[in-house]
Amino acid sequence: MNLQEIASQVRRDIVRMVHGVKSGHPGGSLGCTDLLVSLYFKHMDLKTDENGQVVFNMDGNGEDLFFLSNGHISPVLYSVLAHRGYFPPAELATFRKLDSRLQGHPATAEHLPGIRIASGSLGQGLSVAIGTALGKKLNGDSHLVYVLMGDGEQQEGQIWEAATFAPHHKVDNLIAFVDFNGQQIDGPTEKVMNNRDLGAKYEAFGWTVLHMDGNDYNSLDTVLSEAKGLTGQGKPIVVITKTEMGQGVDFMMHTHKWHGTAPNDEQLAKALAQLPETLGDY
Amino acid sequence: MKQYPYTDKKDTRSGFGAGMTELGRTNPDVVTLCADLVGSLKIDTFIQENPDRFFQCGISEANMIGVSAGLAITGKIPFATTFANFGSSRVFDQVRQAVAYSNKNVKIAVSHAGLTLGEDGATHQVLEDLAMMKALPNMTVINPCDYNQTKAATIASAAYEGPVYLRFGRPVIPVFIPEDMPFEIGKAITLNEGTDVSIFATGHLVWEALQACQMLEDEGISAEIINIHTIKPLDTEAILASVQKTGCCVSAEEHQVNGGLGESIAHTLITNYLAPQEFVGVKDTFGESGTPDELMTKYGLKAANIVEAAKKAIARKTK
Repeated sequence: MNLQEIASQVRRDIVRMVHGVKSGHPGGSLGCTDLLVSLYFKHMDLKTDENGQVVFNMDGNGEDLFFLSNGHISPVLYSVLAHRGYFPPAELATFRKLDSRLQGHPATAEHLPGIRIASGSLGQGLSVAIGTALGKKLNGDSHLVYVLMGDGEQQEGQIWEAATFAPHHKVDNLIAFVDFNGQQIDGPTEKVMNNRDLGAKYEAFGWTVLHMDGNDYNSLDTVLSEAKGLTGQGKPIVVITKTEMGQGVDFMMHTHKWHGTAPNDEQLAKALAQLPETLGDY
Repeated sequence: MKQYPYTDKKDTRSGFGAGMTELGRTNPDVVTLCADLVGSLKIDTFIQENPDRFFQCGISEANMIGVSAGLAITGKIPFATTFANFGSSRVFDQVRQAVAYSNKNVKIAVSHAGLTLGEDGATHQVLEDLAMMKALPNMTVINPCDYNQTKAATIASAAYEGPVYLRFGRPVIPVFIPEDMPFEIGKAITLNEGTDVSIFATGHLVWEALQACQMLEDEGISAEIINIHTIKPLDTEAILASVQKTGCCVSAEEHQVNGGLGESIAHTLITNYLAPQEFVGVKDTFGESGTPDELMTKYGLKAANIVEAAKKAIARKTK
């Protein structure tokens, strides 16, 4: 099965999960689907057993790690983790419900395989990813650490503390992504609080900056390979990743309206009609 | 009363530094981070001996907490060090989400807690940190009382798996806890047995409590002095056993009475065994510039205040 087909199922899961509990964040989840599918199903080196089944260890020694800093797009992470084999896809039906391991925002308290830190209060994931990258170096582990942040999240001050720290300490086993969809809760990012020249800012802080179309599999493959090739050269890497919020569901695109809104029954049917079922609905 | 002779005076933060030096030599997983206060935290020797296991964070405490959580994920035992104000109130959300809720093995080790920070004034004199930290699920909160106990608490914190807030201070005070006294997280230490009143003290107030004990004895009052070095989990068994014997108590801490050790003790008493309690602590006010001793006197945290509170508690006992 190719990555696009997996992504189609993940997008079905996202809109169904959010519809099922009448809450959650479909827009950013749909936008980042292709990036997460590319990472987990192609580019990340994950620990597996002799049968190829992924194995989850909290310390992540001997494998690549991924952190979701903008935790509100948990639906895409949960669906990708489930289809990658970290837990049964049937569990996606419990999203945001009482006694579920699939909390509204990712958490470790319920011991969901694949999650190593709680995220949701924004601005913290980059620091955590840097810490694990330093830990990998101390442990003699040459694997990489990936972290995804939102573009609105770049307004948090802690991001820039971390952005200063990583080049200073030559954290060059780290690839950060900024989901540049230009939208946040109160409207277009450039109107709410303009993050102008984000790439230039990271460059000035001492990062290697790449740009990528996060909804184009050619761009994803080329730039992710390039980013991996640039690790180990004394500088952290950030990939400004242009995505379309709501990608794959026409009426959810080109607006911030679907940042944190669930579709009704009619809208769900309309969305699912655009997304072929490829791996079987949960 | 039992005597605690001392030959030396030292600051508790130097006890932390000594503990870190020992951990640097004995535990390869221990790493240290600091937000531009290496000299104040007394970790120079650790850094000198283990340069690869130290991460200077600059004046960026929020990032330091997140980086610490990440290091803990990979199996390291990070000690994130700064002043108590910047390791608690400044980074409460980071500590809450990335350390406490995520249950990471991070040790937040902080100096210059309370009024005894002195001349820098109220901006730096955090008196609310115990309240914040004890409110967090998964968080262990320790406030040792002298150099030796701080060193022991540092080493015990590294051996304990889970988030720890370890709070100590700046002033030079008597080293009165014997070097070989066992230290167990969550286990109170009875420094003097008595029958008329229980005095539960933490941090710098423990030495004051021992002075108060002597002053009370001179007036014919027998005080039981219990050193509560672990604010959470609280040794409720020791507290209840003592109060059931003495019938009243005083709590003494260099912290706001709102949310401090005293409130934890009051909660224990009101849900188990009703008895009069008096509170020695800062009474809902900020500090100010001054010498540590001047401040402790002005804000009522001296042995004389404990004596007064003890008498008040005893007077409230119903016959």
